[in-house]
Amino acid sequence: MMAPVDAFRTVDRLRIEAEGLCVDYNGTVALYDAGLCLKSGCICGLVGMNGAGKSTLFKALMGFIRPSRGIIRINGLPVAKAQREQAVAYVPQSEGIDCSFPVSVWDVVMMGRYGSMNLLRIPRESDRAAVRHALERVELLDLRDRPIGSLSGGQRKRTFLARAIAQRASVLLLDEPFNGVDVRTEKLMAQLFLQFRDEGRTILISTHDLSHVRDFCDLVVLINKTVLAYGETSEVFTPENIAMTFGGLPPNLITGPASSEELD
Amino acid sequence: MNALLAMSTPMSWLMERLLEPLSHGFMVRALCVSALVGGVCGLLSCYMTLKGWALMGDAVSHAVLPGVVVAYALALPFSLGAFVFGVGSVALIGFVKQKSRVKEDAVIGLVFTGFFALGLVLASRTRSNIDLFHILFGNVLGISVADIQQTLLISTIVVVILVLLRRDLMLFCFDPTHARSIGINTGLLHYLLLSVLSLAAVAGLQTVGIILVVAMLVTPGATAYLLTDRFDRMTWLAILSSVVSSLLGVYISYWSDSSTAGCIVLVQTGLFLIAFLFAPRYGIFKSRSLPAMTASKD
Ligand SMILES: Nc1ncnc2c1ncn2[C@@H]1O[C@H](COP(=O)(O)OP(=O)(O)O)[C@@H](O)[C@H]1O
Ligand SMILES: [Mg+2]
Repeated sequence: MMAPVDAFRTVDRLRIEAEGLCVDYNGTVALYDAGLCLKSGCICGLVGMNGAGKSTLFKALMGFIRPSRGIIRINGLPVAKAQREQAVAYVPQSEGIDCSFPVSVWDVVMMGRYGSMNLLRIPRESDRAAVRHALERVELLDLRDRPIGSLSGGQRKRTFLARAIAQRASVLLLDEPFNGVDVRTEKLMAQLFLQFRDEGRTILISTHDLSHVRDFCDLVVLINKTVLAYGETSEVFTPENIAMTFGGLPPNLITGPASSEELD
Repeated sequence: MNALLAMSTPMSWLMERLLEPLSHGFMVRALCVSALVGGVCGLLSCYMTLKGWALMGDAVSHAVLPGVVVAYALALPFSLGAFVFGVGSVALIGFVKQKSRVKEDAVIGLVFTGFFALGLVLASRTRSNIDLFHILFGNVLGISVADIQQTLLISTIVVVILVLLRRDLMLFCFDPTHARSIGINTGLLHYLLLSVLSLAAVAGLQTVGIILVVAMLVTPGATAYLLTDRFDRMTWLAILSSVVSSLLGVYISYWSDSSTAGCIVLVQTGLFLIAFLFAPRYGIFKSRSLPAMTASKD
């Protein structure tokens, strides 16, 4: 049942395919004609202003919002099918969970295994091993019996990351995972993401910290309601493109001397 | 019974007090039914309190009234009518919430009072002398064999669903987003849990009546929630406190010749109060020696 970790690499098909996505909330357009295409074994940064539609793109990829137009495939499958195969793990921007819920760190990470268990969700030895392994990787094994409500924000983020690891998904969708996380945890998470990539997983991360993109993203998607630029970080992540993404203006207007007054 | 022996020690005095009611068939039936319903509602109450559906429980239990009246008038099993109206109210609440800008708690409040008022009017208009008092406040001491059978059937269905899906339902209460992302049908779970709530409300109104059934669906879960940080332990504690309340309540009601429903719910409230004051970790007078959070291994 459980694929060995190396297996993420052997299948060299496209992990995430999105084409011509349009999403609107009761008539207000949040995304139009957005698309991206990610192979196995890469980290892709998703960069854009607040309200640019990053979270919306994640939700559309997860099938939580129905796009009015466009196609989405994950591992070559429709989203619902890919989810049933435990192919996608999603960590939302704010988990929106009740922190006083009576579950321990161990219980939460075990939830990553539910999809691979039988109807009664009785854990087998392999499930326990996967949970232990995931907790080790995020350095939370010592806190496994702590109630979820007693964790710090960073520890909670790591718990949900461990759940995604335990799920053994080949595609990770992480919406602003570095929010409210201290430097040490940030480093740990960045290292983990690089390991995930080397294991052949595909990671889409939205972030506001542009240094993250330079440090560990192979690809970058700049969005503002649509994909403004997309490609290898070294080629696409230029000052002009960044200015365009955050200023909403074409780069020549920003760099050109004629328009400097207009900007102020 | 030897009166001399019976009075000789406090222990045997207590034994006699406990055993005497059991010589009456109606008391045996009342104790069994109350304990069963208490256990079932206690289990469900964990999900209700964790999901924040206490008000929903109140709504569903009130909304079944017209169903009960109509079922009596048509000589159908009352639980059938109650279930139909319970689920109907839930569906209507969902529909009105979706189609209007009125906030959810207001929608719940207006839908269930509307149903309840309809039930009152119907009850006062039907010729058959259904005892409104018994529906509203329960009549477990006078429960009929047919009603026991219905309660048994309903309880079995509820327990089977809750036991089979206990992990999925817990995940659904805790993190529905994750549940969806691993391919669990959360829409189905949502309506299943609401249907189970309707069923449990129908079972509960047998013992404590429509007005107080929400206590059965909330208090044991709330009590257990104060006592533990583990979900499994919480369910056991809720069931235990609920069953104990039911048995004790029926006894107290017998000896004090007072409302059974009132006694059961008062015991539940009393247990909650004890937990509220003295729970080791979350009580008002929590013991200082305990660390803030559990560090013990399981
Ligand atoms: N549930 C919603 N209903 C209506 N509008 C929404 C909703 N969620 C997001 N939006 C709008 O869609 C746009 C994109 O939002 P979002 O995807 O959350 O942006 P980001 O994550 O990039 O900050 C924003 O203009 C926001 O106001
Ligand atoms: Mg966002």
